[in-house]
Amino acid sequence: MSEASRPQTVSSGQTLAQKLLARASGSDFVAPGDIVVVQVDLAMAHDSSGPRRWKPHLEALGASLWDPSRVVIVSDHYVPAVDAESAAILKLTRDFAQEQKIGHFFDMEGICHAILPQKGLLRPGIFVAGGDSHTPHAGAFGCYAAGFGATDMLGIVVTGQTWTIVPETIRVELTGSFKRYVSAKDVMLLLCRELGMDNAFKAIEYGGPGVAAMSMEERMVLSNMAAELGGEVGLIAADEVTLAHISAHGGKVSAVDLAWQPDPDAAYERIVTINLSELEPQIAIPHSPANSFPIGHATGAPIDQAYIGACVGAKLEDLHMAAQILRGQRVAQGVRLLVAPASSQVTADAAADGTLSVLLAAGATLLPSGCGACAGMGAGLLAAGETCISTTNRNFKGRMGHSEAFVYLGSPYTVAASAIAGCISNPRVHAADLAGLA
Amino acid sequence: MTEAAGFGRAFIFGDNIDTDLLAPGHLMKLSPEELAQHCLEAIAPDFAKAVQPGDFVVAGKNFGLGSSREQAAVSLRQLGVGAVIAPSFARIFYRNALNLGLPALFCEDAHRIAEGDQLMVDPVLGKITNKTRGEILSCKPIPDHLMAMVRAGGLIAHLHARRGT
Repeated sequence: MSEASRPQTVSSGQTLAQKLLARASGSDFVAPGDIVVVQVDLAMAHDSSGPRRWKPHLEALGASLWDPSRVVIVSDHYVPAVDAESAAILKLTRDFAQEQKIGHFFDMEGICHAILPQKGLLRPGIFVAGGDSHTPHAGAFGCYAAGFGATDMLGIVVTGQTWTIVPETIRVELTGSFKRYVSAKDVMLLLCRELGMDNAFKAIEYGGPGVAAMSMEERMVLSNMAAELGGEVGLIAADEVTLAHISAHGGKVSAVDLAWQPDPDAAYERIVTINLSELEPQIAIPHSPANSFPIGHATGAPIDQAYIGACVGAKLEDLHMAAQILRGQRVAQGVRLLVAPASSQVTADAAADGTLSVLLAAGATLLPSGCGACAGMGAGLLAAGETCISTTNRNFKGRMGHSEAFVYLGSPYTVAASAIAGCISNPRVHAADLAGLA
Repeated sequence: MTEAAGFGRAFIFGDNIDTDLLAPGHLMKLSPEELAQHCLEAIAPDFAKAVQPGDFVVAGKNFGLGSSREQAAVSLRQLGVGAVIAPSFARIFYRNALNLGLPALFCEDAHRIAEGDQLMVDPVLGKITNKTRGEILSCKPIPDHLMAMVRAGGLIAHLHARRGT
């Protein structure tokens, strides 16, 4: 990684964050540090942070929703119900969606961040407020998408507005192209180490030829894990790839959507450049995504569980990556491989294209689509002393079950290679060994 | 000192105290009162029992990183924590804390405070008086109009007070 600081001239150029917040606040120009009131275009919440937290307050305040057609509710945290409490939370969410005539309600169809693009609900330029910390995921579509707590979200669904402080932007420039079995997840684990996780009230903006060459699902990984860097948003300017994805999923687009671009002379707080051609698989060791290293640091550590799940790590392409490694292989004795696709559409697509049968033949157990073990709520939790390697985005102490469990984070390639080996394994070495055997 | 000032002991924590430590995901179905008893237990098993109303949590950088779950701030409020004092906060936690009536104070010198120190904290003046060490530290003041919301118990309580509901 290399770094340059651009000379701070009296440039009038704007970052993408500035342009999107100027639009949302109805201003011609906003500068970092300005406190702005913004109009929200789309408000998203889930079963854990949404209706069950809003309903009592809405009733007590005698307030109603500003625009149910702009509200998205996704039941993804407590799905499917495993006890009376989770069933009650899901029922309350369902009833609320019906009573309030919520425009977009998705019950057990998958994780909210996977659902927004899958349903064609995103469009470059819009302001998306989400009641979940990984809302920056939608920034891959050139939206200003930020996460909020339940009380902020209550204010947003009642008024359609919120406030924010226009952030300074860190520009991440990706050059070169990936070696085989290296992916966007490895970029983010490297960035967690290099930029740290203490970038609150800042925007992360990704660009360069390395981003242009990425699929939308890989770009989503960059935007999603801007949350781990502490950023308010993880922005990627729209291009033809973006518009094609939105159209293919039933969303409305036009050529003017490509207008949301940062200026070439925008003033960034810092610019970091990563040459993808030099990047090796990365691994985060317990208990922080910032505890990351080139994978050689941890290879050989025994594992009990391999988990392919979450908004960041169980999209269709993530399952494809795992299947590339797992084809014709078996999971090691004593290791359980759990796969929780990010949405039921991903499961259906993986079944249709043969990916699912590759995973199942290797010994994978298929789990329901939802936040699952990543949020510490669903199937796949860990006992004290157990070790898991996971495609998810966080490995904080106690997040995936017992506080004395150990979670490593890696790409789908790395998780699949480790499941076969029974210990943390470099997918590039694993593949080379197989080629040697052939 | 203004009317917002509070007095209590300091409980010291390190950098990057995350929301899974503050409110573990697998316990989120518990009531707020029960969940609060597990606050920070993975790194400080006696904290929830030892902390008294008015005491302060003093921590390192990036306090509250991770999930958007408000239970992280709610648990500290439930335990009566008077304020969290740290050099930096994760963005969503910071907004949640003020919205839920928990002062979160940016203090570059938080590391100068030790476990058990007796503190007098005035968020409006931005002044932390360490009675144990005879030292005065400054923190970023919270404007009076925002402290009015915090003192009311957060945004929703403040709205009720204003609407008379």
